[in-house]
Amino acid sequence: MSESVSGQQPAQDEPHGAPEAAPEQTGPVTGAPSRRAVLGWGGAGLALGAAAAGGTAIALNSSPDMVSAASAGAAVPFHGEHQAGIASAVQDRLHFAAFDVKTKDRAELVQLLKDWTEAARLMTAGQPVGEGGYGGLPEAPPDDTGEALGLKASRLTLTIGFGPGLFAKGRFGLEGKRPGALIDLELFPGDNLDAARSGGDLCVQACADDPQVAVHAIRQLARIGFGKTAVRWSQLGFGKTSSTTPDEQTPRNMMGFKDGTRNISGTDKAALDKHVWVGAGDGSDWLAGGSYLVARRIRMNIETWDRTPLGEQEDIFGRDKGEGAPVGKSKERDEPFLKAMKPEAHVRLAHPDSNDGATILRRGYSFTDGTDGLGRLDAGLFFLAYQRDVRTGFVPIQRKLAKSDVLNEYIQHVGSAVFAVPPGVRDKDDWWGRTLFA
Amino acid sequence: MRPVRLSVVTAAAVVAALTAVTGCSEKSDASGDGTIKVAASDSACEVSTKEFPAGKVAFEVENKGSKVTELYVLFPDDRIVAERENIGPGTKATITAELKAGDYEIACKPGMKGDGIRQQVKATGTGGTEKRSPEADAAVAAYRKYVQEQADETIPKAQAFADAVKAGDVEAAKKAYAPSRIGWERTEPVAESFGDIDPKVDVREDGLEAGQDPEKDWTGWHKLEKSLFEGNKIDDNDKKLADTLMADLAVWQKKVGQAEITPTSMANGAKELLDEVATGKVTGEEERYSHTDLVDFKANVEGAEKAFELLKPITSKTDPALTTELEKQFAALNNLLEKYRPNKAAYEFTSYDKVGEAERKELSDGVNALAEPLSKLAAAAAK
Repeated sequence: MSESVSGQQPAQDEPHGAPEAAPEQTGPVTGAPSRRAVLGWGGAGLALGAAAAGGTAIALNSSPDMVSAASAGAAVPFHGEHQAGIASAVQDRLHFAAFDVKTKDRAELVQLLKDWTEAARLMTAGQPVGEGGYGGLPEAPPDDTGEALGLKASRLTLTIGFGPGLFAKGRFGLEGKRPGALIDLELFPGDNLDAARSGGDLCVQACADDPQVAVHAIRQLARIGFGKTAVRWSQLGFGKTSSTTPDEQTPRNMMGFKDGTRNISGTDKAALDKHVWVGAGDGSDWLAGGSYLVARRIRMNIETWDRTPLGEQEDIFGRDKGEGAPVGKSKERDEPFLKAMKPEAHVRLAHPDSNDGATILRRGYSFTDGTDGLGRLDAGLFFLAYQRDVRTGFVPIQRKLAKSDVLNEYIQHVGSAVFAVPPGVRDKDDWWGRTLFA
Repeated sequence: MRPVRLSVVTAAAVVAALTAVTGCSEKSDASGDGTIKVAASDSACEVSTKEFPAGKVAFEVENKGSKVTELYVLFPDDRIVAERENIGPGTKATITAELKAGDYEIACKPGMKGDGIRQQVKATGTGGTEKRSPEADAAVAAYRKYVQEQADETIPKAQAFADAVKAGDVEAAKKAYAPSRIGWERTEPVAESFGDIDPKVDVREDGLEAGQDPEKDWTGWHKLEKSLFEGNKIDDNDKKLADTLMADLAVWQKKVGQAEITPTSMANGAKELLDEVATGKVTGEEERYSHTDLVDFKANVEGAEKAFELLKPITSKTDPALTTELEKQFAALNNLLEKYRPNKAAYEFTSYDKVGEAERKELSDGVNALAEPLSKLAAAAAK
């Protein structure tokens, strides 16, 4: 399918998908030294890595015989105008964590954000945190837990978000800085939200091509945070369900349909500026260059879906299962003709044309958390959507879908959270949240 | 009770072993002059020399037998100096121990069972005596006194519990159960350093080895806990077990003062007490019948805090930021626990089956907040 379960498609047309082996990286890429290679080199290792970037940079849109960025385990730059992990090419794996802030001390929270930034800077470059995973004092546990030693950066991106609770009155003095667009999401019809899988004062999205690298990153941040933050809930994702690289084949979701076909391209600056990045005039200066994230854990009733006739499945989505072409069209990326679809087909309801042009950037992942107590697969879509304003992005689309989408028979929203995602960390002196707290 | 792991006693020795493994200076390694070779088989445990200079000594064991074996370096009274488990057939392993002059025993345990095959060895000379600062000596001496006091004060409380069991008084026994364990829980890492006592007094049913019969082989507090709180009755076997418990605790009381204690082992022992809370108490596994987990929880925290308080003269100099953080986190966790203590004068806490999931999460978060910095205390104490 071209839409995620709750998503929709941007208006712009996109070229056909390229074979899977095509390079995915849309941003600048550095040839990252392995963690092990860096160990022991200290500053010299860093210099080596930087030098290597020039020599072994992965060419974009390269010919097929060139190694892809993903298989090279490359590093995605951490510093920039926007945080990596939003418009940058979607990696294969996810570890997402939401945290409660336990400290009441603003200065302590600020220090934690600085410490997290430093750790994120190291880990996204493929290096261990602190003094490393071994070789330190034998009487103390190592600074880094070590399970990513020897692994490459694997395009790890770490993206932080601030939840509504952080702006609560009398907490950190931020009540005047809560953006109007950071709303408390309404309860949509059909929602069956588990409080233990919802909300959070902070979130960190770790995406990487190697699941161990993503899990390691969240684990280090959780560890650094103990006493200041506590993990509220977390979610592993094993397969991306949408991409920000239109020249790549569209991945399929757990229902077997292609997902994210017409997602916003990570290189489409105009669309990103219009629909994803918060503008300087949007009302919250500190958030300019940032975005808003809506996270929804969407459980799929896999077993009943699998017993649904093919024709009905295709009618529900409004696309065919093999090619992913919209009804009446032959190719996946053909412009959909909405009126050819059933009135309550998912694609039709989610399309911007059905929602006054509402457009979001999707980065969702499939999840499978084993089976539930009834032997049913606990699986579905961990939906992640970035947008310039939640009120004109996710909300109108989800209202429409929650009301009429025929897919609702097979899905249920069981977790929900919303975050303001600050702009990027500019340089080595900058830190996550500086524009909000400084 | 917990599965086998590093004891307080071995902590210092393991530090030495790690140093050797990571390739730092080790006089008896590599050069071959001081390494003691141990040839282990299913029926023998031969050492290359039975007398060697005191100091850091490396034992290189080769398992030539068909069973997985273990190697222990023991004091004459069976306290463990250093150990290495799971040495597979055909493999080699090295353990390093810091040995003062004196008599020791080497034990190989083919099949990892029983007392093992013993060899008497002797360390000679004056090497291996570590110089410690007066603050460190004072901390160790005070902590040694503390663990002895805890044992001494536990005996009459445990006796009251045992007497109630022997009298067949279920209600009185239930009431005396949790208080009888407090001293043990405060100092458990030291008690565990005597490897044979803990499995006798504090094992849970799931801690029994394969082939052991809970009816015959399960002794100690938790067996009686099950009879009292689940069975709601006391049988003749329980009455006998009450005497067994007292006999085993008497051994603990006698031995505890002789434990090898160092500033590092005190700090790591404090961390281990929080580990106990994190793995056994916040889950409600420890006291699954009586639900008195929060009493143990409090005792574990108190024992850890005692070790920390005694080390403070050292760590406030070597790592003042860590010391301040620990003071804060101990206070925070104690405050949190007080929420579950309706009568501040009594050592009674909310039954853990009445503690909801969200509250358990809050307790777990509090334990993590303290245990993470506490894991850095040993480094601060060693500086």
